[in-house]
Amino acid sequence: MKLSRFALYLFLCVAAIYTLIPLYVMLSTSLKTADELRLGNLLSIPMQPSLEAWGKAWSSGCTGVRCDGLKPFFWNSLIVTIPAVLISTMLGALNGYVFTQWKFKGSEFLFTALLIGCFIPFQVVLLPMARVLGMVGLASSVWGLIFVHVVYGMAFTTLFFRNYYVSIPADLIKAARVDGAGFWTIFWRILMPISLPIFMVCIIWQFTQIWNDFLFGVVFSGADSQPITVALNNLVNTSTGVKEYNVDMAAALIAAAPTLLVYMLAGKYFVRGLTAGAVKG
Amino acid sequence: MSSLSRWAQALLPKLVVSPTLLAMLVFVYGFIAFTAYISFTESRMLPNFEWAGLARYEQLFDNDRWWQSARNLGIFGTLFIGVSMGLGLLLAIFLDQKIRIEGGLRAIFLYPMALSFIVTGTAWKWLLNPSLGLEKLMHDWGWASFTFDWLVNSDMSIYCVVIAGVWQSVGFTMALCLAGLRGVDSEMIKAAQIDGANQATIYRRIILPCMTPVFFSVALMLSHIAIKSFDLVMALTSGGPGTSSDVPAIFMYQFTFTRGQLGVGAAASMMMLMTVAAIAVPLMYAQTKSTSST
Repeated sequence: MKLSRFALYLFLCVAAIYTLIPLYVMLSTSLKTADELRLGNLLSIPMQPSLEAWGKAWSSGCTGVRCDGLKPFFWNSLIVTIPAVLISTMLGALNGYVFTQWKFKGSEFLFTALLIGCFIPFQVVLLPMARVLGMVGLASSVWGLIFVHVVYGMAFTTLFFRNYYVSIPADLIKAARVDGAGFWTIFWRILMPISLPIFMVCIIWQFTQIWNDFLFGVVFSGADSQPITVALNNLVNTSTGVKEYNVDMAAALIAAAPTLLVYMLAGKYFVRGLTAGAVKG
Repeated sequence: MSSLSRWAQALLPKLVVSPTLLAMLVFVYGFIAFTAYISFTESRMLPNFEWAGLARYEQLFDNDRWWQSARNLGIFGTLFIGVSMGLGLLLAIFLDQKIRIEGGLRAIFLYPMALSFIVTGTAWKWLLNPSLGLEKLMHDWGWASFTFDWLVNSDMSIYCVVIAGVWQSVGFTMALCLAGLRGVDSEMIKAAQIDGANQATIYRRIILPCMTPVFFSVALMLSHIAIKSFDLVMALTSGGPGTSSDVPAIFMYQFTFTRGQLGVGAAASMMMLMTVAAIAVPLMYAQTKSTSST
C-alpha cells in the first residue's frame, strides 16, 4: 500500500513537472543573452539574467516590416478585448434573463438555434464576414474585430447566463411581478445582485477567448490593427538574420501574460467557465 | 396600467433579444448559406454568382493537398482526442485518491488552457527545435546519438502538433473527468465495497460506466477543438515542412485568402462544417440518451 501511494505521487509529480517545463523554458530562455543561448541548453539556468530580450520583444522586435515590437499590438488587443468582452457579456446577461424568466412562444427553439452558433467552425463564415466588413468600411479596423467578437461570442455568453438564471425560483420572479415590478426592475433589483459569480465566469471566459483569438485577428485585421497573437506569430516567423529565440520566448510570455495573470488571480472562475461551457455544450 | 404600456411590457423581452437573434440569423445562418452558395459557383478571386454545380467540390476532391490535410486531421484528431482523454482520465483518477496537494496540482495541470495556441505553438517550436532544443539537451547530457527532427521531418511533423495539443488540453479533460468522478453516487460505491469488490472492479463496473455522458461531452469538445485547429498548426509548423502538416483549416484559409480560390475555399469550409455536424450530432444524441438512462 505504501509503495503504491509513492508511485501515485511520483506519477502526479512527473506529470506536473512535464506540464511546467515549457513555462520554465520560456522564462529561462527569455532571460538569457544571445551568447548564453548558444552555450547552454533548454534547461540550463540563465547565469546572468538579462531583460534585454524582453525589451526587444516589447519595443523593437520586427513583426514583418514593422520593427517596433509588440507594444502597439498589445494595445490593439486591449482595445479590442475590453469592449468586446463587456458588450457580449451584457447582451448575454439580458438574453439569459429573457430566455429563462420571460419565455415566449418559440423562445426555446430560438435558444437552441442560437446555441448552434457555438458549434460551427468559424471558417464557414469568414468569407462573407470579410465581404460585409469591407462593404460597411470596417475592414482592417479594431471596430470590425470588436464587432466580430461580439457577434460570435453572444451564443456562449447567453448560454452561461441562461444556465445560471434557470435555477432562480420562478415564484420569486412571479411575486415581484405581482407587486408591479417590470422587466427592468426585476433585472436590476433581483437578478443583478446575485449575478456576480456568473459575471466573473463569463467575463473571464470571454477575455481568454478573445485575447487568445488568432483566426479572426489574422483574417479581419490590417497591419495597424493586428492583435497580439498575430503579431507574435509574425515576430516568430520574421526571418531577418539570426533567429533570436530569447526574444521569441519573451514575446510569447508578453502575449500570454494577461490571461496567465487572470488565471492565477481568478482560476476558480476560469475553471468553472471551462466546465460550464462543456457540460451543456 | 394602460393597455398601451401593458402591450409595451409584453413586447419588451422580445425586443431585448431581437438584436442577438437577428445577428444570429444573418451572421450565422445567412453566412453559412452564402458560403454554401459560393461553393457551388465559378468564384475565383472574387465572388462570382454563376452556378457551377459540384465543380468546386470535384476540384477539391482532386486536390492531393486537400486529402493530405484531411488525413492529417484524422491522425491529429484521433491521437489528440485519444491521448488527451486517456491521460486526462488517468490524472483525474489519481487526483481523486485523497491527494494532499490536489489543489496545487490541479492548478498546474490546467494553466496551459489559459494560453493562446499561438503561445503554445511558439514554445513547442523552440522545445522541439531540431538542433537547439531537446536534441541539444540530450547531447549535453551525454546521449550523443540522440536525434529528434520531427519538426522538420515531413513524415513526423503532424505528431509534433499532437504533442503540443495534448500538452495544452490534458488539464481540461482532467478537470472535466474529475468533476464527473466526484458526481458519481457514493452510495453505490459504498455498497460495492461492502460486497467486497476491489478498487479496480469498482472503477471498471460502476464509476466509469456512470461517467459515459462526461466522456461524450469531453469527446465533443475535443473533436471541436481538433477540427477548428488552425492557430496551433500555424504557430508550430505553418503546415510544413512543405504541406506535410496541413490541416483543413489552413487549406481553407490559404485557398480563400491568399490563393484567390474562393469557391474551393468555400467548398473546403463546407466540408469542415459537415464534419463537425457528422461528429457532433451523433455524439450529442448519444449523450442525451446516456444522460436520460442513468
